[in-house]
Amino acid sequence: MNGYFRDLYMGSKSLLTGMGITFKAVFQPMVTVQYPREKIEVTPNIRGRLFMVKDTETHTHRCIVCNRCANECPSSCIYLEGVKQEDVKGRVLSRYVYDFTTCSLCGNCVDVCPVSAIAFSCEYELASFSKEDFIFDLLKEVEENR
Amino acid sequence: MDNLIGTMARIISYAVILIAFGFANAIIMGYLERKLAARIQRRPGPMEVGPHGIYQLFVDGVKIIGKQLIVPKDVDGVLFRIAPILAFAPVVLPFIVIPFSQKLQARDFNLGLLFIVTIASINVLTIVMAGWASNNKYSLFGAMRSVAQNISFEVPVLISILCIALMTGTYSMQGIVKAQGNVWFILIQPVAFIIYFIAGLAETNRNPFDLPEAESELTAGFHTEYSGFGFSLFVIAEYANMFLVCSIATVLFLGGWHGIPLPFFEYTGAVWFLAKVYVLMVVMVWIRWTFPRVRFDQLLNFSWKYLIPFSLVNLLVTAICIKLFPLLKEML
Repeated sequence: MNGYFRDLYMGSKSLLTGMGITFKAVFQPMVTVQYPREKIEVTPNIRGRLFMVKDTETHTHRCIVCNRCANECPSSCIYLEGVKQEDVKGRVLSRYVYDFTTCSLCGNCVDVCPVSAIAFSCEYELASFSKEDFIFDLLKEVEENR
Repeated sequence: MDNLIGTMARIISYAVILIAFGFANAIIMGYLERKLAARIQRRPGPMEVGPHGIYQLFVDGVKIIGKQLIVPKDVDGVLFRIAPILAFAPVVLPFIVIPFSQKLQARDFNLGLLFIVTIASINVLTIVMAGWASNNKYSLFGAMRSVAQNISFEVPVLISILCIALMTGTYSMQGIVKAQGNVWFILIQPVAFIIYFIAGLAETNRNPFDLPEAESELTAGFHTEYSGFGFSLFVIAEYANMFLVCSIATVLFLGGWHGIPLPFFEYTGAVWFLAKVYVLMVVMVWIRWTFPRVRFDQLLNFSWKYLIPFSLVNLLVTAICIKLFPLLKEML
């Protein structure tokens, strides 16, 4: 008998508290995002696929074809070519192929780049029916965007 | 002969309407429950099929009808097949005596309340049947739990019903409603109402008393082996059972079809009746999505240590009051 009525009182009180919490939750805003129709801003630190940064002064890419990104890449998903031009010191980028199918977004290439020519994009909607859609030509992209 | 045909036509039309009502109730409650559960968890719930997902349950129904009815190899074939049908019958039968309004009632038996209590207890039998016939240990455990639970919770239900029967002096559903013309019995018998509602929650095997089908312990309890429409008959029966428990609570404690008079009140009283019933059902859903499942010893302790002593004391006090103050009865 000891504590019989106290248990009853405490139990009822805690049950009513619980019901109060769920009652309040009904009137709170929903947290679900109806994804395909509704989208939220992603954080700028997201590791999306690579893209070539466009320099604000020269209005083109900054790549100096040092090949460090391709050498550093653990899954060898970067391939780049450069050509010699007469009036320019060093080589000029002629092709930059990035294979997203094997990329693990480790970020070594971004870290190692001496001129910050490549960076992670905020693109996260990557779905396709063919593998070829994930082999990006980054140089073409940055030139088309010019 | 004419009379016989008329009676048969009446019986068949009642049966069709009642079964249709059982199914419609399952669709409404299924949708309401999913939406409310979602809101309590701060998600939108079904949204894709139709505006705010209102056609979701119809689509689910079509899907479930299209499913194959799998009968596992070593089950008791006959019992396994008839158990879901039998589960549905006892929850639809009591609708015969439920007074939706003054004139919307299939039959007003003078023992209507006892009729409901008697028929509703068949429900346990079908659960045991399903659990036993499934030849599955989880099903059998679920069924056994259901029996223990229903036996221990039927006692407080009956005692709290008895309190009302003592006050009104009738078991007729219509008579009990009419006795509440001035005061609803929830104001005179709040303890009986609370006891009835909690025990009714346990009778319908719903959270927090859903031990017969506890997912985390027994996969799905007595309906583990059921698929397709056999399974959905159990679900529809559960919702119909909820409706039944809530409508008895409405008749006994909330004044049945009494409310603000509407035109043609002999029929439109059903609006108030259904409103009260669905409010109680929403409370049931609310409780389900708030509380975790009780342990089995807690369940039985709750019934035998709290509900039954309190309902017995309540019955005693009611009886004494009626004997000492006959005027009180006149006043109601």
